[in-house]
Amino acid sequence: MKARAEALPTQEMLINMGPQHPSTHGVLRVILRTDGEVVVNARPDVGYLHRALEKIGERVTYAQYMPFTDRLDYLAAMNCNAAWAWTVEKLAGIEVPERAEYIRVIVCELNRIASHLIAFGSFTADMGAFTPFLYAIRERERINDLFEDICGNRLTYNYVRIGGVSADLPDRFLEKTKEFLDYFAPKVPEYNNLISYNKIFVHRLANVAAVTPEDAVGYGLTGPNLRGSGVPFDLRKNEPYSVYPEFDFDVCVGTGERGTLGDCFDRYMVRINEMKESVRIVRQAIEQIPEGPVMAKVPRMFKPPVGEVYFRAENPRGETGIYLISDGTVNPYRLKIRAPSFVTMGIFEKITKGLMIADVVAVIGSFDIILPEIDR
Amino acid sequence: MEPKEIFEKVTEKFGGKAVELQGEGFRPAFVVVSPESVREIALFLRDDPAMKFDSLMCLSGVDYKDRFAVTYHLHSLSVGHQIGVKAYLPREAPSLPSVDMVWPAANFQEREAFDLYGIVFEGSWDLRRILLPEDWEGHPLRKDYKYPEFYNGIKV
Repeated sequence: MKARAEALPTQEMLINMGPQHPSTHGVLRVILRTDGEVVVNARPDVGYLHRALEKIGERVTYAQYMPFTDRLDYLAAMNCNAAWAWTVEKLAGIEVPERAEYIRVIVCELNRIASHLIAFGSFTADMGAFTPFLYAIRERERINDLFEDICGNRLTYNYVRIGGVSADLPDRFLEKTKEFLDYFAPKVPEYNNLISYNKIFVHRLANVAAVTPEDAVGYGLTGPNLRGSGVPFDLRKNEPYSVYPEFDFDVCVGTGERGTLGDCFDRYMVRINEMKESVRIVRQAIEQIPEGPVMAKVPRMFKPPVGEVYFRAENPRGETGIYLISDGTVNPYRLKIRAPSFVTMGIFEKITKGLMIADVVAVIGSFDIILPEIDR
Repeated sequence: MEPKEIFEKVTEKFGGKAVELQGEGFRPAFVVVSPESVREIALFLRDDPAMKFDSLMCLSGVDYKDRFAVTYHLHSLSVGHQIGVKAYLPREAPSLPSVDMVWPAANFQEREAFDLYGIVFEGSWDLRRILLPEDWEGHPLRKDYKYPEFYNGIKV
C-alpha cells in the first residue's frame, strides 16, 4: 500500500476558476491552489471590468455622473442613483421635497427586493437547483415593469436627480405597487418551502465558511454579509438618512439556525428575510406619501461649496460609501466609491482555506458580489 | 465623542504627531496626522476604550496637486461615532506604514490606492496592483497622468 502511494505522488494543482465561469457572477477570476478536492489557497483576481469610473467622475459634472452610478451595481441601480444624489445633497446642503424622498425610498426598497431575488435565484442555481431562479425572475419582472412605468428603463434607470427625482410617479403607480406587494408577500414563504429548508440545500450551506462577528467587522463586511454574522447593524436604522426613521421595520440578523453563526446559510436567510422587511417599508411609504413637488430648485450650473463629505447608504450588497471632494467648480475634484462587494472580497482568501472546491461556489454566491461594482 | 475631543485625546497621547483638526467643511472632520505615525495612532484609535474605532469604512488616496493624501474614514460600531484621519504625503516617493494589521479591511483598499496613485504602504502583507494589469505603467488617478497611446503594442 505504501509503495503504491509513493508511486502515485500527490501534488498541488493550480486551477483558474474564471474569469468566464457561470458561478462567479461576472468576470471574476479565482486562482485556486488545490490539493485534490481541497482548496489550499484561493486568491481572487479582480479588475477585468475596470472602467475608471472614478476618473470619469473628475471630468463630468455632478448631474452628468448620475448615469454612471447606474453602472456600478446594475442589479440595484436605483440605490446607487440615490446614494449619489444623497451624497451631493449632503455636500451642498440641498433640501429635498418630502415627496421625492418617499419616492426614493419606495423605488430603493423595490430595487432591494429585485436585487435580493437575483441573489436568491442565482445562488440556488449555483447550488444546482435551477427552478427557484425562474420563480425569482418571474417576480423581478413585475418590479421591472413598475420601473419601466416610472422612467422607461428596466435596468439602468437614471431616475433619481440631485434635488429630487426626474418625474413624479405615473398614474396608478401606487395601486400597481400595492397589487405587486399583495402578490409578492406570500411568495417568500413559498420560496422557503421550495428550497430554503430543502435538506440537500441546507447541507450545502450550513457550517460552510462561517465568518465570526469580529472578522466580519474587521474585514469590513457590510449589509447582509455583516448581519449574517449576527451583527445587528443597518444604516437605515443605526445611521438613518432620508425618511427611513418614519418607518417601522426590523433588522434581520443571522442566528446560526441550521449550523454555525455566520455561515453561508445565515447570509442566505438574511436576504430572504430582508425581502419581507422591504415589503413592510414600501407598504408604509405608500400609506404615508405626501403630495407636493418632487424636485428642489437646483441651478443649472450647479457648483457646490468647497468641502469634503463622506456619505454611506445601505444598498442591497452592503454600504455604498461615497467620498466626495469639491473644489467649488462644476466637476467633482475627487470621487471615491467604497463599493461593498470590493471590500467584501478582502476576506475571500481567508475564508476559503480548507474548503472543498464546490464550497467556493457557495461562498461566492452567499456573499452576493457583483463585479461591475468591484472593478468600477 | 465629538471630533474635537478625539483630536485633543490624540494630541495628548501623541503630541505633535497629530497636526491639526480639519472641521469646517469636512464631514466627518479629519484629524490630520504625520504619515510615519499612522499605524500607532490607528492602533490607539482602535484599542482605546473611549474610541473603539473597530471599523474602517473607507480608505482612499487623494491627489491635492501639490501633495498626496491618504484618508481613513473610521466608524465605531460599539460607540457609534465617526472620525476621519488624514495623512499628507510628498509627491516624490509617497509612502506610509500600512494599517492592514489594524483593520484587515485596509488591504484591498491600500492595494487600490497603490495601484491608482502609486502610494506605497510599507509593511503591507500583499501590495500588488489590483484593478489594472500588473504591467500597466503609471497611476491613472494622479492629476498629472498622461494617457498612454499603446499598451503592449495595442493602440488604446
